[in-house]
Amino acid sequence: MTSRVVPIGIVLVAVLVAASFGQGVPRSHAQDLENGKALYDKWCAGCHGDTGAGDGEAAAYMLPRPRDFTRGLYQIRTTASGELPTDADLRAVIDEGMPGTAMPGWKTRLSSGDRDDVIAYIKSFSAFFEGASPQPMAFGKAPGRSDEGLAEGARVYREMECFKCHGDAGRGDGPSAPTMTDDWDHPIRPADLTRPWTFNGGGAVADIYRRMRTGLDATPMPSFSDAIDAAVVTEEQLWRVAQFVRSLGPEQPEVREVIRAVRLSGAMPADPTDSLWGSIEPQYIPMVGQIVRAPRTFAPAVDGLWVRAVHDGTTLAMLVTWSDPSASPDAAWQEWLDRLSAVMQDADGVMAAVQGPDRLAIQFPARPSEGMQRPYFLGGDSRRPVYSWRWSSTPDQLTVGTASGLDQFVAGASEVAHVAAFDAGQWSIQITRSLAPADATASPTFAEGEAIPIAFQVADGSSGETGIRGSVSAWYAIYLDVPTPPAVFVAPVLAALFTAGLGILLVVRAQRREGGA
Amino acid sequence: MRRLVLFSVFGFFACGGGDASRGGGDDAAQAAVAPLGNSTIAGVVTFDGMPPANATIDMSEEAACAEKYANGAINPVVTVTDGMLANVFIRVTSGLPAGPYPHAPAVTIDQDGCLYHPRVVGVMVGQDLAVTNSDAVLHNIKAVPTQNRPFNISQPRAGMTSTRSFTTPETMVPLECNVHGWMNAYVGVVDHPYFAVSGADGSFSIGGLPAGTYTLDAWHETLGTRTMQVEVAAGGTMSVTFVYGPTT
Repeated sequence: MTSRVVPIGIVLVAVLVAASFGQGVPRSHAQDLENGKALYDKWCAGCHGDTGAGDGEAAAYMLPRPRDFTRGLYQIRTTASGELPTDADLRAVIDEGMPGTAMPGWKTRLSSGDRDDVIAYIKSFSAFFEGASPQPMAFGKAPGRSDEGLAEGARVYREMECFKCHGDAGRGDGPSAPTMTDDWDHPIRPADLTRPWTFNGGGAVADIYRRMRTGLDATPMPSFSDAIDAAVVTEEQLWRVAQFVRSLGPEQPEVREVIRAVRLSGAMPADPTDSLWGSIEPQYIPMVGQIVRAPRTFAPAVDGLWVRAVHDGTTLAMLVTWSDPSASPDAAWQEWLDRLSAVMQDADGVMAAVQGPDRLAIQFPARPSEGMQRPYFLGGDSRRPVYSWRWSSTPDQLTVGTASGLDQFVAGASEVAHVAAFDAGQWSIQITRSLAPADATASPTFAEGEAIPIAFQVADGSSGETGIRGSVSAWYAIYLDVPTPPAVFVAPVLAALFTAGLGILLVVRAQRREGGA
Repeated sequence: MRRLVLFSVFGFFACGGGDASRGGGDDAAQAAVAPLGNSTIAGVVTFDGMPPANATIDMSEEAACAEKYANGAINPVVTVTDGMLANVFIRVTSGLPAGPYPHAPAVTIDQDGCLYHPRVVGVMVGQDLAVTNSDAVLHNIKAVPTQNRPFNISQPRAGMTSTRSFTTPETMVPLECNVHGWMNAYVGVVDHPYFAVSGADGSFSIGGLPAGTYTLDAWHETLGTRTMQVEVAAGGTMSVTFVYGPTT
């Protein structure tokens, strides 16, 4: 098994790393198939396959899979449903890459002429391109954004039943979601509309509008252009839906090293629905598949969490939220998992099509004062263990303990309170603990004014993420705000007065000297 | 020049082309062609033995469709009545004189009760296929061909009709609805009008043929294909029987 792992790792690394050195020389010439083939074989075939069938060495580890070019089916186009993409459409994807997938942008890695040559070669994989001249649709312009427009967009979203796939809150958890496949019978998730930075065709309003007009070929997402022709919906209403969808999430979450726990002087939040959380800025924690220890997770269900934290000098409360279309296990998602386990047969063998609970783990160094040396990020090790909170959805329980590895966990004193809520495709887990534990020798004290290392692991039980499968974060830090002492406010005023006094003194003296001369 | 060479290298992918175009083809020109003959192949499709049971459909998420079925909905994959098999697509695959051929009548598929009616149809290349939504729910109609260009149309409201056509013969082009994963229909795209679909009583009829010897192909979505040779005299009617069974 390992013998297969190594070459694939090499291919992945080679494609991504070497790509950054592939600066071509800019040229101006007609599309050159021979050059396109040479570039394709070098940079693209590792994923897309030598014959363009989307079956390169690395393909089996990806979901969504790399494009199979042989059928001439493309998601991201400016042309009508079922039509071929224009060269400009292909160019845009090659230039910018596809967010939410493994496809990187090549704008800074290949020259403009080289990219055109690759396009010519990619088109040669499908006879549909022979003699074809696909024409872009006319899209018009977005109406000005307004609160009424967003409300109209939300109304039309419901009326056109977008929620059937994308869910009531847009998190890709609609009733039809577990049944979705692409044209290669691979499982495919309806886009989580609260994460526009992961939209394959871009997250701008104009991008979203175009996807609704053209559909995403070879996926379940249809074109709404016929609905416009039939006067079922107007172009303006469709723009309103695009604006509404865009409003469901930030453009691109800012990733910072430190989670700030805001110091409260009043009451602490009672549960995840407490309105107090609304005033606390959430911080985004990117997650990646656990691909260090077998069995690994190459296509994790969760690729990011939102974290909020507050404290009042005696208690710390954290709220962790993430999109998950199901509270696992969920019988409706068995069909999804069956398909996923059939497709994701990687070097670690077949992923069992058995659902587990959804899980979250939050870890801190078990012994905080060890300088800059933090424990191993995957649940620590025997030399440097981690203090870990491990929550699981079914049954809903949170266990506190010490871990010396992802699967080496010893439960300790139950000193943490939690409230878990699942709503409209989102888990919200509030966890509360005293800053000072009952037994300071058994678990760490959270000191104010210090950056305490913190890391996360999460798993979606309906995607077969059981055991050590799931996604993991790097180490971040949580910083508990210190109370602002009165001196902070008084000192600047005193300093200003002192400076002003000195200035006046100087001026007066100078005037006296001048007067005396 | 280089492009041509490469196309021949990858020639095994070359499988015709063209777009599944929107409706409004040159119906009038094709309709003007007179029938090539007055012979008929009339037949039945039988199913000998116990047909496989069709699955029930869970329509609980779709009340507007569920309420159209008093006793629950069944997915009509294998429809057998008194030993007769419906929804078999039969077409002439060889023996025809060169065209042009008369145009087959226009075809409409209705989405009603979250099922396609009919489930199997045939169209000629270029002939309009209209798909209507009679349900007060969102349907999408996704054609998943390999020889033709696909389409995927959203019909968010009852009463909406969308029309498309295909450019290349292909048996069969699956239609599916991704909102309702159980919804499947099949379109046989043929470059002549000599095709038929067996009805609820298993019968079918292909008329307007000149006298001759033809190969007939029968296709069923789960039970597979059958082939036979048929000789038909001028002005005559030849009776044929396709036999399916549980062990196919």
